[in-house]
Amino acid sequence: MATDTATIRVRVNGKDREITRGLTVRGLLESLELHPGMVVVELNREILERDSYGETDVSPGDTLELVHFVGGG
Amino acid sequence: MSDATIAESRKLDGPLVIGDVTFTSRLIVGTGKYTTNEVMIDAIRASGAEMVTVAVRRVDLDRTREEGILHHLSPDEFFLLANTAGCYTAEDAVRYARLARAAGFNEFVKLEVIGDERTLLPDVHATLEAARTLADEGFKVMAYTNDDLITALRLEDAGCVAVMPLASPIGSGLGVVNPYFIREIKRRLEVPVIVDAGVGTASDACVTMEQGVDGVLMNTALAAADDPVRMSHAMKHAVVAGRLAFLAGRMPSREIAVPSSPTTGMLG
Repeated sequence: MATDTATIRVRVNGKDREITRGLTVRGLLESLELHPGMVVVELNREILERDSYGETDVSPGDTLELVHFVGGG
Repeated sequence: MSDATIAESRKLDGPLVIGDVTFTSRLIVGTGKYTTNEVMIDAIRASGAEMVTVAVRRVDLDRTREEGILHHLSPDEFFLLANTAGCYTAEDAVRYARLARAAGFNEFVKLEVIGDERTLLPDVHATLEAARTLADEGFKVMAYTNDDLITALRLEDAGCVAVMPLASPIGSGLGVVNPYFIREIKRRLEVPVIVDAGVGTASDACVTMEQGVDGVLMNTALAAADDPVRMSHAMKHAVVAGRLAFLAGRMPSREIAVPSSPTTGMLG
């Protein structure tokens, strides 16, 4: 099956997701329609510098947390 | 008229300095629980607050559009204070604080480590542990804590830039349940003391400020009012009123009457 090689499985915000193989973090954010400047990314428990989103590859089995600011007291 | 009154009152009081940042308003407000973002922004503007708190949460990927608060709240207009609300361990609080700092706005964090779901009272041991870690990492920690002097002193020793004892439990609206402890904390600490949580209405905010503290932080009192914008106006005035009353020094209270008019010169 072509999909076996075209996609990889990663965990994003607590849910498994099939995403296109070969995406960078920036590419993943864009595919999710998220503005990179509005999101902080934790990749396998390490916080990524925003400057590195474009050069950090997403690999099979990666765990990502995509967070932002919401209302709170 | 109201803004002129506020401006006039500021001549009678110094600014609030937290870490190396100067604020003219002594009111800090949260951004949670508003019915709409429009009401939130109108209420915050009405409150005159310059520092506003925000929470760190996962982006909801099932929604078609981002619901991040920065779409509604400009970081150019307000000083963002990220919190670690919802964290029950020092480790989680440190993780949330680091994520918040990575957003790139400032080094400040409102540290909050909860120890009990029913009361939302702080776990002061975990709070101290997280405060030490974060201060070592260069964070400017504003620590939410109990109205306990010893913990407040330890948090100051840990390097917090402000210590924030509760007036009463988060979201309770009970007002200051222990003004004596709040006064003693203020007397004994050098860093600013901001009362955080428990204020329900304007008189609570006024009484809080009359204890001599440097500021007050509130969210539910505004967001859960029938008219949040009107309540925000009220709180702005209440905080100023309480502060000026403290600075003015109140008359002694006594349990017998003393006439205000002369007792001599009465008609025969």
